[in-house]
Amino acid sequence: MMDHLTPILVGTLGAATPLVLAGLGELITERSGVMNLGVEGMMLIGAIAGFATAVGTDGSVILGLLGGVAAGVLAASAFAVLALSLAANQAACGLALTIFGVGLSAFIGQSYVSHSLAGLQPWAIPVLSDVPFVGPILFRQDPVVYLAFLLYVLVAWTLAHTKVGLLLRAVGESPEAAHAIGYPVLGIRWLATLTGGGFAGLAGAYLSIVYTPLWVQNMTAGRGWISVALVVFAAWKPTRLLLGACLFGGVTILQFHAQGLGLDVPVELLAALPYLATILVLVLISRDRNLLLLNLPASLSRPFLPGR
Amino acid sequence: MALFLPRSASLSLLRMFATTALLGGLALSARAEDPLKAGFIYIGPTGDHGWTYAHDQGRKAAEAKFAGKVSTSFIENVPETADSERVIRDLAQKGTKVIFATSFGYMNQMEKVAKAYPNTVFMHATGYKTSKNMGTYDVRTYEGAYLLGVVAGKMSKTGKLGVVASIPIPEVIRNIDAFTIGARSVNPNITTRAIWVNSWFDPGKEREAALAMIAQGCDVLMQNTDSPAVVQAALEKGVMAFGWDSDMSKFGGKAHLAASVLNWSVIYETVLGDVLANKWKTTSYWWGVKEGAVNIEDFGPATPPEVKKLAEERRDAIKAGKLHPFSGPLKDQSGKELVAAGKTLDDGFLHGMNVYVEGVEGAIPK
Repeated sequence: MMDHLTPILVGTLGAATPLVLAGLGELITERSGVMNLGVEGMMLIGAIAGFATAVGTDGSVILGLLGGVAAGVLAASAFAVLALSLAANQAACGLALTIFGVGLSAFIGQSYVSHSLAGLQPWAIPVLSDVPFVGPILFRQDPVVYLAFLLYVLVAWTLAHTKVGLLLRAVGESPEAAHAIGYPVLGIRWLATLTGGGFAGLAGAYLSIVYTPLWVQNMTAGRGWISVALVVFAAWKPTRLLLGACLFGGVTILQFHAQGLGLDVPVELLAALPYLATILVLVLISRDRNLLLLNLPASLSRPFLPGR
Repeated sequence: MALFLPRSASLSLLRMFATTALLGGLALSARAEDPLKAGFIYIGPTGDHGWTYAHDQGRKAAEAKFAGKVSTSFIENVPETADSERVIRDLAQKGTKVIFATSFGYMNQMEKVAKAYPNTVFMHATGYKTSKNMGTYDVRTYEGAYLLGVVAGKMSKTGKLGVVASIPIPEVIRNIDAFTIGARSVNPNITTRAIWVNSWFDPGKEREAALAMIAQGCDVLMQNTDSPAVVQAALEKGVMAFGWDSDMSKFGGKAHLAASVLNWSVIYETVLGDVLANKWKTTSYWWGVKEGAVNIEDFGPATPPEVKKLAEERRDAIKAGKLHPFSGPLKDQSGKELVAAGKTLDDGFLHGMNVYVEGVEGAIPK
């Protein structure tokens, strides 16, 4: 049993990482009252920009990931100009960004389809990685997995315990009140949106540089949308988001292993299992209506322009 | 020309036009400067480096062959939903005279549009529905899978082979079977297992499925999905894999044993040539090694010369008609006889293949 369990759990963190990264970014953005549905597009732009940077710098993973972050920020800024500064419909702008990202990444990616990168070797953390069972699962991952979990801690702590977090939530709850006491609502929303873009870009670059180190069109295959959904089902709480992402990644891997062992279950059901399990668990733990209302940023997707 | 007139007028005019063309043989030459428009509908992106990439190479080759006489266009990433009907209809509406749809799931939509545009030639890949103006075409990918199986059987040390499979349709089941038959022809103890990712194209999932099988002891992998992610995962974990539909050695390095390469251009050139010569009629092409549509190529450095030689001998035997992967005696998974010695499974059976042969583990998803 252990023999089968370890590879499943080892794979879980890797599969969850892009969802954790993109989900955290969207969570930050939504907490400021901005709904950016362009995550899939920003991930694809981050994926191709990161891949191109890595190829152009003789396979530098760090520069590649940074390239992905930069491209994600750039893509988010296009959204911010329209949806924040010009107060256009956020849902429409986000959808447009996704469609744009799919097309742009395919266009830029044309000359990169035949390239392959070396990827990234796992880092075994001394001592901890030798702990039986837990060691190989948690402490022999690639560095970006560790980074994703560090970012989770950082985001969760910032939101809950710092003034920056309080401010972000205030802007999301009541932009009018935040504005009235003198905070730059538009500026904070811009920053939150750009941060979200950076996270999504990093998630995309992780896929194209580390997870499957190659570029193929549409390679995110819907992971951006799953991240957006996870944020909602997690009731905008980082810990639930992390749980949801790990659950989704874990069940995906689990059903592959089950198939390999010859389990006689309809493959369509198995393919739907990650979605079912994740939704079920997250809905169950978030079924308290008051808690949902408490966490839903009250001004989500409502534009705010000072002076109107 | 006639196409731009109202439907009833256009039909009768076309009939007249066709008669004149047959009698005089010069009516067509008057329009010779207008190239024949051919449209291609792709399920994935042309940059997938697999299935769609191979089709696009075929399209380019055909266009080059008929330079000036044929102009081609393509639409990629078309989902197998009602959306595809709109795309096919749109192409037909714009005067495209030959439309190729390159995935199984376009079948019903194409059939519908074909009825509405009787003067357009519709060609559907991997399907089974035909009509007066709709033909089908496919390549015998299982011949390539068989040849890869021969190499896999020789190379595997654990005796366990893995297939990352896409969607449970006869084509894919046939390939898993042929791969297993090929492997067991050189090592009767080989077993194969398959993991279905329920998608033609998702590099992340393809990788995860590959890793699952590697963890379960499979040391040679094949994939019936469209990206090189499996080959890459094999390289990372120090096992072996193959290029599918096209050469993937750039991604697989020393893990890349060989590739089953598809050459759709032989079919595209034939169809377009027939339409140009005005002699096209409903045909169901199913071409393989013999016609040059499938081949085993791009052997990697890890494949010993004698294994390469063996695979090429088997290929030549298929070409010469002396070898058929599905020839008896052949048993199904449960040990029941599928076909007796001296006989072969016919094309009709192969088209609807829904059994695993002996040596494949697990059940076909229902």
